[in-house]
Amino acid sequence: MSRVTSLLRQTRRPGRLGWTDILSYGYLALGVVLMFGPVLWLVLSSLKTPAALLEFPPSFLPLTQKTISVPGHARPLELHRVRLPDGSVKELAQVRRIGIQATMIDPADPARPAIRVPIEAREPIREIAFAWSNYTEPLKQFAFGRYFANSLIVTILATIITLLINSMAAYALAIYEFRGKNAALLMVIGTLMIPITIVLVPVFLVVTQLGLNNSLWAVILPGAATPTGVFLLRQYMLTLPRDLIEAARMDKASEWQIYSRIVMPLTLPALAVLAIFSIMWRWNEFLWPLAVLTKSEVYTLQIGLNAFQGELQTQWHYLLAMTVMTLAPVALVFVFLQRFITTGIANTGMK
Amino acid sequence: MNRRHWLAGALVAVALASSPVQAQTTLRMTWYSDGNEGEVMRDLLNRFEAGNPGIKVVLDTVPFKAINENLPVQLAAGQGPDMARIVDFGGLAKFALDLRPHLANAPNWEQNFGPFLEWMREPGNTTAIPGYMTQLTVTGPLVNKTLFEQAGVAIPGPKATWDDWAKAAKAVADKVKAPYPVAFDRSGHRFFGLAVSQGAKMIGADGLPTPSDEGFRRAAQLIVDWHKSGVMSKELWGSVSGTAYRGANEEFKNAQVPFYLSGSWQIAQFDKTVGNAFDWIAAPTPCGPANCSGMPGGAGVIGIKATKHPAEVAKVMDFLASEPILSEFYARTLFVPGHIGIAKKGVAYRGASAQAAAALKVFGDAVGALDPAAYRIQGNAYSRIVFNAAISRIGQAVAGEITIDDAIKRIDADVAQQVAERNKK
Amino acid sequence: MSANGSPPRAIPRDSFASRLIEAVAGLADRPMAWIQHAVGGRGMAYVFLAPNILFFGLFVFLPIGINMAMSLTGGTNLFLSERPFVGGDHYRALMQCGSYLDPASCREDHFWKGVSNTLKFTLFQMVAMVGTALVTALVLNRKIRGRGFFRAVYFFPVLLSPVVVALIWKWILQRDGLLNGAITLAGGEKILFFVEPGWAMFWAVFVSVWAHMGFYTLILLAGLQAIPADLYEAAEMDGTKPMRVLTRITLPLLWPNLVVVLVLVLIKAVQTFDEVFVLTGGGPGTATLMVVQYIYETAFANQVQNFGLAAAASMLLGSLLFALTMLQLWIARRKAA
Repeated sequence: MSRVTSLLRQTRRPGRLGWTDILSYGYLALGVVLMFGPVLWLVLSSLKTPAALLEFPPSFLPLTQKTISVPGHARPLELHRVRLPDGSVKELAQVRRIGIQATMIDPADPARPAIRVPIEAREPIREIAFAWSNYTEPLKQFAFGRYFANSLIVTILATIITLLINSMAAYALAIYEFRGKNAALLMVIGTLMIPITIVLVPVFLVVTQLGLNNSLWAVILPGAATPTGVFLLRQYMLTLPRDLIEAARMDKASEWQIYSRIVMPLTLPALAVLAIFSIMWRWNEFLWPLAVLTKSEVYTLQIGLNAFQGELQTQWHYLLAMTVMTLAPVALVFVFLQRFITTGIANTGMK
Repeated sequence: MNRRHWLAGALVAVALASSPVQAQTTLRMTWYSDGNEGEVMRDLLNRFEAGNPGIKVVLDTVPFKAINENLPVQLAAGQGPDMARIVDFGGLAKFALDLRPHLANAPNWEQNFGPFLEWMREPGNTTAIPGYMTQLTVTGPLVNKTLFEQAGVAIPGPKATWDDWAKAAKAVADKVKAPYPVAFDRSGHRFFGLAVSQGAKMIGADGLPTPSDEGFRRAAQLIVDWHKSGVMSKELWGSVSGTAYRGANEEFKNAQVPFYLSGSWQIAQFDKTVGNAFDWIAAPTPCGPANCSGMPGGAGVIGIKATKHPAEVAKVMDFLASEPILSEFYARTLFVPGHIGIAKKGVAYRGASAQAAAALKVFGDAVGALDPAAYRIQGNAYSRIVFNAAISRIGQAVAGEITIDDAIKRIDADVAQQVAERNKK
Repeated sequence: MSANGSPPRAIPRDSFASRLIEAVAGLADRPMAWIQHAVGGRGMAYVFLAPNILFFGLFVFLPIGINMAMSLTGGTNLFLSERPFVGGDHYRALMQCGSYLDPASCREDHFWKGVSNTLKFTLFQMVAMVGTALVTALVLNRKIRGRGFFRAVYFFPVLLSPVVVALIWKWILQRDGLLNGAITLAGGEKILFFVEPGWAMFWAVFVSVWAHMGFYTLILLAGLQAIPADLYEAAEMDGTKPMRVLTRITLPLLWPNLVVVLVLVLIKAVQTFDEVFVLTGGGPGTATLMVVQYIYETAFANQVQNFGLAAAASMLLGSLLFALTMLQLWIARRKAA
């Protein structure tokens, strides 16, 4: 009988595994590989040399050609595993390669005469090596600190403004009856799906007329009044008990106090969802900042990152390394915010 | 939003708007980088600033897509920089500053940048000096010599035709199991690298584009046929849509391509990433029925008309375009020179291997072999319209969505529509 | 809860968070009280609405108006005053089709191909996204060991920018990528995923589900946790079958969250652009070309930046989306009633 709840709530009994648990753990294990594997690969790839990065088939770990210093040779020589004509396999160092013939010597016995080997018969020996220069090099010419600060300002201010004005509007649309409410609702819902990409030029014109070009406000303000946010918060506020508000009115609380002290805290889980939404979007936004920010002192991280993309070449090794660096802060934010969402509701005891 | 918030916001705004007060003139140059040229430029600008304490030049590096997509909008809105590194000269000619009145030695500029200045001018203008070339590029084949040797196939000689190369490359690929016998970058410009040799002229008597001439058709047919017979792989031209660029440099680097039609700009990269894995060479452009010419191209820095400091802009440009400085720029970036004087003398490339130096020499020579038609196509103000339409529609034909005849009809219609739109005043 | 008792609180009294709210919101108490005195309690609705509407007007409605005006003008100039009036030319060009069922017969074939691809993508993606997010939320809602870790794992891809997401998967799916490596290891033949239209669309959907599922899982998880435990206990005592519990208790109580998820997924799917563009480039041929890509390319990527045609296309798209949203909300409301 207890299977009913177990399927939806928990394991049957501590210490014993039912088939549903096995299924669940199987699903989760698959999830770890599928969801986390590629991210891990991204991090490892950011430590590969440019040559290793473009390699087919790609390796999981950052590998480079192993080299060895041999007396009598100024530069370290590449180490290869060579199949010799007699069928034996030996580790040899390559002195040079001309066309399809390689000249190899035995690093253990460099005095012995070199042998010539067709290149198909040798296989490079590789070792793990982390290309930390992918991180250190761009940091010299790439104003990471400044771009980071700009992105931080944009993300924080935009998210605060979005949360505040969206929740105020949602509060008005959820709690009050007033003339023009339906029109306002229609406005919100009607524009839910318009992506900024397709009105880029008109918004650019508006921003230019306001003289906001090359100021971070040009990035912060246009997206602040998200229809999505209003919609999300209103849906949530509709589920709040009305008598709570009536009771507060009876206690002579002002409307602002009801909104800020009662409704806002109760809406916290939805606000946290919107905050995550807004932070992710602002932190990763690219096309719009690129249109309005042309001076490097106001660049956000995404513009700075993508500047590694040229006309004919892209410097992937730098791009990936800097991408990994931009990921760290959002990961932290998530760890902090997700707690609000999942525990916030349970504590209130409300639906 | 309460008052404190606004106050805090206003403070941030003020902090953002006001950088330290400067008595000097600050000029801004919008820049993009394929490799190390941004660093080299910064270095040269530092030298300029040391000699001219009154002028400071800020380099704003953007992703390349911003140069073609956002810069025109910003310039139209009067929000542009003072100088910019661009590639679409024809499209941006109307925003370019004529440096001539501010230059001490204008004839010197004409002498060294003559043919390229024509690319940068508005139609009808014959005197303006809008800017200089940061590099000349020329299309041409890169060949994996080691694959040819492994297959035991002789590399076709200097006057070999496209057909010779296609056959040889296919033979090599079959032997060594390389998936891409012949690879072209997916780009309209590279397509014209083939089309010119097939006799494409692109421009009608009135200067307006007439894309689908005989040579163009022949080239389009060749591309589609090569895909059908397995000489080319659909993965490059057939796998993306519209004007999306898709290079084959990664495939070449991994020894999967015997014959790769790209251009001079790949050399610096291959010199680093291929390393000692195989031998590669640059070859002259194969011959078609009309000639053996590839396509020129390139990037340049232009001054922007809306600048408040035209004299200072000219001063910076004059410094950057002067022979010793520009020569150093080419040498350190491994670019083919877009300066006639320097090209004649030759560039002592720094840090290039013997292999790369030899390839640079082949491409340098290829510049001399360019057909006048190729120059006219590149210099035409409408060329990018034609390149984009061609790659988008031929790509669809390669993918098997439309026939080659439909593709050519669409190209004509696309170009006609855009030319008409551009001339609506 | 009693009428005069303290309301239920999400934040414990006297905690740091509650004091912070008190301090910040308290600053506005006085001015807001004056305003309320001036406009009356009911009038406060407009005051609460005002900032959002102001921003909306400036950055959404005004641009849509400009867009409409722009769609009636031609040429390549940026400012409306410099653009010649062309009437409905752009709309006529867009609507000029041999047959509306065949995008290839249209003059602007890529626009219609984009619309049809976007609809296809949206449909597949919604089903896949809501399905996987729901299953994942149900699994994560169970009392399992390491729940926090698993939640983080599923959420992590949400943090990545669309460009990075697409790049990772492009490397995995290319001819010599990780996946083909695994296939050949298992004795299969390499598959050229980006040359087959069906595969390209499949991976476009898969990758976007991969990237965004965590976010929707979180919303659904919050809904699941809010379902009172006594409901399940009662069902258990009645001996209700698990499937029935799912359809009779869990799903109906989860419905408000599901509506939110459905609407958000739909919005995001229709707006899809950079992710798919970086992954497939809209190909093979035009098999994954999305309508937003068409609009963006018309306005920006071409040398002739045809703002007029792009504006007309976005107006058409906008009206289509409006109709879709209304339809969806209507269905959701009927279902809920």
